[in-house]
Amino acid sequence: MRIVGCHECDAVMEEPFVPDGGAAYCIRCGALLFRRHSRTVEVCFALVVAAAILYTVANVYPFLAFQMQGQQTHTTLLEGVDALMDQGENAVAALVFLTAIASPACEIGLLLYVLGPVFFGFRLPGMAVAFRFVEQFRPWSMLEVFLIGILVAGVKLADLADIVPGTALYAFGLLIPILAAASNFLDAEIVWRRIAEEA
Amino acid sequence: MAHGSPIDWPHVQCSVCRLVMRVPALRRGTVRQPNFCCARCGATVHRRKPDSLARTTAFLLAAVFCYFPANLYPIMQATSLGRAQEDTIVTGVVYLFESGMWPLAAIVFVASVVVPVAKIVSLAGLVLSVRWKSRWRPRDRAATYRIVELIGRWSMVDVYVVTILVALVHMGTLANVEVRFGAAFFAAVVVLTILAAESFDPRLIWDALEERDGREARAR
Repeated sequence: MRIVGCHECDAVMEEPFVPDGGAAYCIRCGALLFRRHSRTVEVCFALVVAAAILYTVANVYPFLAFQMQGQQTHTTLLEGVDALMDQGENAVAALVFLTAIASPACEIGLLLYVLGPVFFGFRLPGMAVAFRFVEQFRPWSMLEVFLIGILVAGVKLADLADIVPGTALYAFGLLIPILAAASNFLDAEIVWRRIAEEA
Repeated sequence: MAHGSPIDWPHVQCSVCRLVMRVPALRRGTVRQPNFCCARCGATVHRRKPDSLARTTAFLLAAVFCYFPANLYPIMQATSLGRAQEDTIVTGVVYLFESGMWPLAAIVFVASVVVPVAKIVSLAGLVLSVRWKSRWRPRDRAATYRIVELIGRWSMVDVYVVTILVALVHMGTLANVEVRFGAAFFAAVVVLTILAAESFDPRLIWDALEERDGREARAR
C-alpha cells in the first residue's frame, strides 16, 4: 500500500485505485490529487515535441500586420518587448518577456529534457532538477492569455486600419490547446517514479 | 494519527514531487526544517510554506498601493491624425463595449477590473480567517483559494494588449501608440497578487480544525 498526501490540505490517505484516464480527488478538501495516465510519457513527449515546433514558428514569424494608408507594420513577440524597452518601460518589457517568451520556452525545453530520456530509456544529468523547475515555471507561462490579448488588440485596431493575421497567430492557436493537453496528460507521479528508479 | 499541531504528525509531503515521507526525528517545535530535503526530487521540504501569512499580507498591501495609480493613471496614449487620446484600464473596457464586441468586452472587464479586486479581497479574507483560527466552511475556503490561483493570470490581458499596440502602431503623426506609466503599476498589481497567492499556504486553513480535533482527542 502506498500513501498519498493532498498538497492543498495535507490530508494523508491510502492511494486509491484509479482506472486509466481517471482522476482522484481529496476526500477532505476536494482538491485534485492526481490524474492517472499510464501512457503519460509517450503521449506527453509527442505533444511537447509538437509544442516545441509550434513555439519556434510562433516566435519567428509576425503574428499581426497592420496596414494604414499604404504603410504596413508587423510585429513578432520579441519586437513587442523591444518596443516597450524603446519607450523606457523596462519592467513591463521584462514581465512580458518572462511570461510570454521565457517561461513557455523553459517549460517546453525542460519537459523535452526530461521526457525524451525517459521515453528512449537513457539518462541525462540533472533530470530531477529539470522536472522540479517545470512546476515552478507553470504559473508564469501565460500564452493563452497572450492569445486573448492579440484578439483584443485586433478589435481595437480594426476600425482604424486593416489587420492581417500572420503565420504566428495560427501557430499560437495550435500551440495553446497542445500545451493544455500536455499538462492535462502529465501524470507527474509516473514520471517521478521513472526518474527515481533509474537513478 | 493526524492529530495535534502539524509538528507532531508522522508524515511530511514534498510540495514539489508530492512524495509522502516519514519524518526522520524532527526537532520538536520547529516548523521549518533547514537541510531537510526530499528523498526523491531533492527539493527543500517545509511543513508549511515559510512565513506564509506575513509574506501574503506584505504582497497584498503592496498590491493595494499599486492598485490606485494603476486605475487612475492612463496606461497608454493613442495618437491618430494629430488627435491624442489617453486610455485608462476602465476606458479601454468601455471602448470595447461601445464597439459592440460583447464577449471580448466581458472577458477584459472580468480580467482587468473584477479579477484584481476579487483576488485581493478573497486572499485578505483567507489570511484573516487563518489568523483568527476560523473553522468556518473550510472546504469552501479551500475552493476559493483554488479559484484565485486559477484566474489570477488572466489580468495580464491588458498588459499584452498595450505591448501589441505599441509594437504595431508606430507611424509617426498618422497613428502612434505610447505606453503611459499606469501600465507599469497595473503590471505590478498582477505580479504582486500572483506572488501573494503563491505565498499563501492553503494547508493553514485546515490547521485550526486539526488543533480542535487534537484537543478533543486528548480530552477523551
